[in-house]
Amino acid sequence: MAFVCNWCTYAGADLAGTSRMEYRPNVRIIKLPCTGRIDPLFIIKAFENGADGVLVSGCHPGDCHYTTGNYHARRRWIGFKNLMEFTGIDMRRLHFSWVSASEAIKWVDLINNVTGEIKKIGPFMEYKGLK
Amino acid sequence: MEEQLRNKAKELLETGCVKVVIGYGWNRTKTRTAPVFITRPEDADRLVWNPLCVNNLSVYLTRKFKDIQALGKPAIVAKGCDIRNIVVLITEAQVRREDVVIIGMTCGGVVYRQELWKGELKPEIMPTKCANCGVRNPRVADFVIGERSSFTPPEAPTGMVFDKIKAIDAMTPAERWNFWIGEFSRCIKCYACRQVCPLCYCERCITEKNMPQWIETSAHPRGNLSWNLTRAMHLVGRCTFCGECERACPVNIPLNLMNQKMIQVVDEAFAFKSGYDEKTHPPMIVFSPDDKEGFIK
Repeated sequence: MAFVCNWCTYAGADLAGTSRMEYRPNVRIIKLPCTGRIDPLFIIKAFENGADGVLVSGCHPGDCHYTTGNYHARRRWIGFKNLMEFTGIDMRRLHFSWVSASEAIKWVDLINNVTGEIKKIGPFMEYKGLK
Repeated sequence: MEEQLRNKAKELLETGCVKVVIGYGWNRTKTRTAPVFITRPEDADRLVWNPLCVNNLSVYLTRKFKDIQALGKPAIVAKGCDIRNIVVLITEAQVRREDVVIIGMTCGGVVYRQELWKGELKPEIMPTKCANCGVRNPRVADFVIGERSSFTPPEAPTGMVFDKIKAIDAMTPAERWNFWIGEFSRCIKCYACRQVCPLCYCERCITEKNMPQWIETSAHPRGNLSWNLTRAMHLVGRCTFCGECERACPVNIPLNLMNQKMIQVVDEAFAFKSGYDEKTHPPMIVFSPDDKEGFIK
């Protein structure tokens, strides 16, 4: 599951597509206007609905289409990442990244790496098995 | 101290300076203190002050309590730690500083559970926050009642909560996961933590929004995890570690651990402690281009 921003990472993924680059098909991309729009609850909800890993990606700091959205997002993630770690979620399942509109190669590598890492640890049975 | 407090409340009500005094009073059996709302000067003698005054009354300043707001301008009896919550409410534009009269009480600590009170205040029955308290002399107050306390908090914070956080940090992710799932599995979704929290003042909580249903409302482990994580996340950079959520929890989930951990994270990442300055914005609504992280690739 990948939450990406409309202006950089989605455009980067689009570039990877139009350049006919191949990458692992396991990712489901959800486009949002900005990384600042990504509520931590989205990530929890993704895990709850069965995602084995979550990737969050947006514009590099300073490049936000809305000037400051990714700075706000970065603050939130600093808190959220530590909270998830403290709860005991394996940090190989939750990834954060900056991918710009021209970085199709970075996007392809990122997806391949993240998918490979999650395939190694397998499905998120701890969460799915909660009853 | 109690006498001074009653006189002050009487004076404020008689002059018409405030319309209601929010303070502590005895319950019927005089074993616990309960919030009282004094509107007539002759009732001011119902106010009490002792180490059983553990409630954080700042919750009554929020918009959760419209009927109390309707009474008129309040004066509030507050310990140093309660004032930190009022300060956060001021920074978040929930109260204006000039709209509330704060009667600060110098405090020697309170009891963690009121049933432990045997007439003497010992460190064993005090919560962790009292052992590390830096606000026994209230900072932002209109009046301060009581003698100055000379207590200085220890250099490194001590107490059960801090020890447990260290123990959890030392665990493997799988152990941490099992620990928290075990704790959260007891949650019955009574939302007492939210009701008692002075900083949970949303008129419509995220858990009550059902289109879409963000958080499952049944007491199922999956929904329990979502609820407790979301509440912890909403308190990042705001929580003052008043400990009311854990005290109110009927199934004793150690919410203090999670909240104190996030306080430490915020302090490390943004060098911010909530509730000390009513002019600084909380860290999650501002940003700095120089924020440091090592995990965004």
